[in-house]
Amino acid sequence: MSNIRNAFSSGKAFIPFITCGDPDLETTYEVVLEAVRSGADLIELGIPFSDPTAEGPVIQGANLRALEGGVTTDKVFDLVRRIRETVTVPLVFMTYANVVFSYDAEKFIRTCKEIGIDGLIIPDIPFEEKEEFTPYCEKYDVDLISMIAPTSEDRIAMIAGEAKGFIYVVSSMGVTGTRSSFSGDLSKITSKIREVTDVPCAIGFGISDPEQAKKMASISDGAIVGSAIIKILAAHGKDSPRYVGEFVKSMKAAVREA
Amino acid sequence: MKMNKEGRFGIHGGQYIPETLMNAVNELTQAYEHYKNDPDFNKELEELFNDYAGRPSRLYYAKKMTEDLGGAKIYLKREDLNHTGAHKINNVLGQALLAKKMGKTRLIAETGAGQHGVATATAAALMGMECVVFMGEEDTKRQALNVYRMRLLGAEVIPVKTGTATLKDAVSEAMREWTNRVSDTHYCLGSVMGPHPFPTIVRDFQAVISKEIKQQIMQKEGRLPDAVIACVGGGSNAIGSFYHFIEDKEVQLIGCEAAGRGIDTFETAATVNTGRVGIFHGMKSYFCQDEYGQIAPVYSISAGLDYPGVGPEHAYLNDIGRASYVPVTDDEAVNAFEYLSRTEGIIPAIESSHAVAHAMKIAPTMDKDKIIVITISGRGDKDCAAIARYRGENIYE
Repeated sequence: MSNIRNAFSSGKAFIPFITCGDPDLETTYEVVLEAVRSGADLIELGIPFSDPTAEGPVIQGANLRALEGGVTTDKVFDLVRRIRETVTVPLVFMTYANVVFSYDAEKFIRTCKEIGIDGLIIPDIPFEEKEEFTPYCEKYDVDLISMIAPTSEDRIAMIAGEAKGFIYVVSSMGVTGTRSSFSGDLSKITSKIREVTDVPCAIGFGISDPEQAKKMASISDGAIVGSAIIKILAAHGKDSPRYVGEFVKSMKAAVREA
Repeated sequence: MKMNKEGRFGIHGGQYIPETLMNAVNELTQAYEHYKNDPDFNKELEELFNDYAGRPSRLYYAKKMTEDLGGAKIYLKREDLNHTGAHKINNVLGQALLAKKMGKTRLIAETGAGQHGVATATAAALMGMECVVFMGEEDTKRQALNVYRMRLLGAEVIPVKTGTATLKDAVSEAMREWTNRVSDTHYCLGSVMGPHPFPTIVRDFQAVISKEIKQQIMQKEGRLPDAVIACVGGGSNAIGSFYHFIEDKEVQLIGCEAAGRGIDTFETAATVNTGRVGIFHGMKSYFCQDEYGQIAPVYSISAGLDYPGVGPEHAYLNDIGRASYVPVTDDEAVNAFEYLSRTEGIIPAIESSHAVAHAMKIAPTMDKDKIIVITISGRGDKDCAAIARYRGENIYE
């Protein structure tokens, strides 16, 4: 059974997203450890990509800052090796198809297994293209996380039926970034998913405060937060770990109330 | 070219896009499958092509150029004579009509040189649709006149400041906007790229170019040409020029890529010559990228060819050896721009000048009974100020 399940085993999960290498890899290391100490149940680690087409301006900025700082896929793998010396919560990579493909998909996914990465979120790999990576994901026991969007409608059963690890429910139309309103049909989406599978589902895109996190966790198994954390990193740079820690504590408390 | 059901050309193509867009592209595929065989749709499109865009475009025998180069007989396929001054209108009229039939009221588009943006703004004006064009900020400076034309036509132009602020970033931003608003919006993609069904739809609408060339050359020469030459960025005018010749193996198909300052430098956009297979902007194809798959900041004097990828059908035609893709530098293209202006009184777009430049290299090596067709994909008025500056003349439009 997937290690990712553990993130959801003791209640609603809080899942922070962090772009590796923004502002530098040492800070990412400290932020991850602090997030885990503060109650993060699963960590989504972003491997930066030059042209992140599913991201809004905040995470685009983090990707560019990381790449300008010289971050590469191999350096991110080394970072994960260090993190895994002490951290046991599930870890997943979030990156784009070309980062995996150009590294050599099998070598990339085999390395994920070796260093303790439990899953992959690749926003430009929809259901129809997952065969690109699933043979290696199955071989090395790394979950390719499925995404479901407000526009998925008649595709929900098909996607959820083959989902592994957890299901990433996209809260609203558009790209990542904090927002004040969400798609109205989210609870309909999560209940449709429930009819098909018991794989946990977490909602992400646009969640920035405890109130929103609680609301999203109340209709799913957890909340994913990216841009709000990246904003903390952009504001505090190397001093970010304690601020991220405080934020994660407040968000975790909120999802546990859900 | 044969294509399997997921929209593949060999290993290339596919639908590498966020889940949010999947139903939108599926809806587009279904609508296109329906309308492409609908007689009323095709009649309406043909009327737009002929009465509005001025088709068929001429196939012109370039006598002076032929005599001057002293080799193969050269014909120019004059897509520059179309309404709005380039081949882009063919695809745009088709997609705008399709979008309208699908009940969409808003067109969004990316543009590099501005020709596709102008064509989209034109079709939107004609059909009473809202239009938003994304254009790299760098390109809005290089092609200021086209920005004004789009605004004049009623479109909103959004300068894209992310990344290299050129065509690839405009595509990314248009894709982001489409994920934001799919219900009333059609993304009018300007080249034979992106996720299926775009490479097929755009090719089919541009295939009118080779369909006409074939009829026209048979009429004028009674036989097929020996070579068809076109410039390739994403590759829409090239695939349009090649398509009806693909099965005619005796016709050489040559795509001219923008080599910028040379394919041995980093300042190049020659994707097939310098890139490798990757996945980006919805498709698997060749891309200029670094060892970790980060997309390279490409360069060409031509804003329309300044793109790090190439359409998946071109990648396939290259893989099977049916078409060849050659690099042409900025210098060679500028020389050709000036040469055709002086020799034939035709000012070609700097994009098309890449194709002219290659013809100038190979025509003298061919026998006089050989025939070359060069597609002049657009006219060069938009480039005059930039070329003057390239030559050190400080003029502004």
